Amino acid sequence: MNPLTALLKRLFHRRVVLIAALLLLSIAALALIFPLLSDVDPNAIAVLDRLRAPSAAHWAGTDELGRDLAMRIVWGGRYSILIGVATACLSVIAGTVLGLLAGFFRRLDAPIMRVVDAMMSFPDILLGISLVSILGASLWNVVLALVIVYTPRVARVVRASTLVIRELLFVDAARAIGVGTPRILYAHILPNLMSPVLVQLTFIFAYAILAEAGLSFLGVGVPPEIPTWGTMIASSLQYADQAFWTIVFPGVAIILTALCLQIVGDGVRDLLDPKLRETT
Amino acid sequence: MSDNDVLIEARGLRKFFGGGAHPVRAVDGVSFSIRRGETLGLVGESGSGKSTIGRMLIRLLDPTDGQIHYAGHDLAKLSQRQMRPLRSRLQIIFQDPYASLNPRMRIRQILGEALDTHGLAKGHARAPRIAELLELVGLRAEYAERYPHEFSGGQRQRIGVARALAVEPDFIVADEPLSALDVSIQAQVVNLLGDLKERFGLTMLFISHDLDVVEFLCDRVIVLYLGKIMEVAPTRALYNRPLHPYTRALFAAAPIPDPAQRNAERPLLIGDIPSPANPPSGCVFRTRCAYALPACAEQAPPLAEVAPGHWKACLRDDLNPLPNKGAPI
Repeated sequence: MNPLTALLKRLFHRRVVLIAALLLLSIAALALIFPLLSDVDPNAIAVLDRLRAPSAAHWAGTDELGRDLAMRIVWGGRYSILIGVATACLSVIAGTVLGLLAGFFRRLDAPIMRVVDAMMSFPDILLGISLVSILGASLWNVVLALVIVYTPRVARVVRASTLVIRELLFVDAARAIGVGTPRILYAHILPNLMSPVLVQLTFIFAYAILAEAGLSFLGVGVPPEIPTWGTMIASSLQYADQAFWTIVFPGVAIILTALCLQIVGDGVRDLLDPKLRETT
Repeated sequence: MSDNDVLIEARGLRKFFGGGAHPVRAVDGVSFSIRRGETLGLVGESGSGKSTIGRMLIRLLDPTDGQIHYAGHDLAKLSQRQMRPLRSRLQIIFQDPYASLNPRMRIRQILGEALDTHGLAKGHARAPRIAELLELVGLRAEYAERYPHEFSGGQRQRIGVARALAVEPDFIVADEPLSALDVSIQAQVVNLLGDLKERFGLTMLFISHDLDVVEFLCDRVIVLYLGKIMEVAPTRALYNRPLHPYTRALFAAAPIPDPAQRNAERPLLIGDIPSPANPPSGCVFRTRCAYALPACAEQAPPLAEVAPGHWKACLRDDLNPLPNKGAPI
């Protein structure tokens, strides 16, 4: 059995991880590929068909401007997933680097962590609003603003874990062998940080999608011509009592994606932990 | 003994933790030397500074003051970078074999890292060398592919020993290598260390609070109390005729298996070890010593040679030498 097959077999040993991975894959594939093949305009307005309940013609119903919700969810998935993935990856990378440096090098601890504390003292959404107002509303500026919001959280978690791992005996053992600091960070501390970091990754993905919705709701998110799951909920919220489907379906899309990612994230975390591996 | 025989020597070694008016004086002016091929025991209660000395010798801790002479260097003055090439020659076996192996690394990687760091056994030589190391410590070569959690405590400690030996050191600090192990396993590891010592002519600083193991493994013993040396002697001399009241109290505290051998005259220690942040004046042991005189508070007694190779730091020269172990059973 080649290593990749063995790896996948271990990852999908738990059936739920397999299901979540397949779902996630199909959500991503649908969101990425469908808009390329279809010439439907997700922003096409049909005022006569506004707020129609789900039917054969409109699987998920229509919104307040008569736009087909199913189509918009597929289109919106592109941007929501993009925002979630980009925010999660970038803030985890930045936060891990900062947290690792602050936790390992005592001299860097105070300067880095005071800045991090200052950032964390702002309410998330307020910080996001001010950053987007400064940067200007565009998809990538929203991502940048969210990365700035979430990086301090990751940095805190990573610093705390680094402080613990740094003092463990195997780090002393590596030092005694003569291993240099870069390799100690990379080979001894980083791998032992993976569990908390992966949990943060999946959390931030879900939070970022929701935060983008919040920013859009307040009018500082992505421009309205870009459909995202967040903007869909935000713009339809006032019709929720007449047409629940306008917020339920985008909401389900967010929950489903976040949940699947979380399950797959847990699976990967377990995969990386040798203790949970079956004895070979 | 000629100076050429000395492998490593500590002079006036101090380690204070924390600053201010009352730093913790973990090690306070300790000097000793270890001859090539010798196993020096370091005994004392918890908190006496044993591990701190061991860690300073290989510069896992930076001494506050003092010198460590090894191979023409003063290790205390070297930077961590300058220490790196010397690290293959100075190794340590840790107390806790559960924490001293990275849980994310296979045994092959753990041993391989030691080899790679010093450019030993590259390429094709690597796998056989790792197998050889494992067999040397009594483990099977196939274990190289396993992770640390798949081993018992004793097996892990063997891996710790293999890692220390991988870089072919000439000096090893064994920092209480047995205290985390079951008694039944301890004997195996003691025998392993004894074997390896014979085979490779290793020089070792053996830190322990198990007096029986020290007697078995060590050529000479230092008795440490509150960061200071109380007594130094060849093992046999020390065990037959402990001179310092603290050494006697230590021996008295060790359990004796035969009730008939127990006598009421054992000078047991009263109270706890004083705080190293605020040690007693004069002799640090005087607060718990059954023989203390007013003069003991005046000044710290110097370490003086009372018999060849037998040194003690005590004012009382008038104590009857009392045999510690009683008649043979």
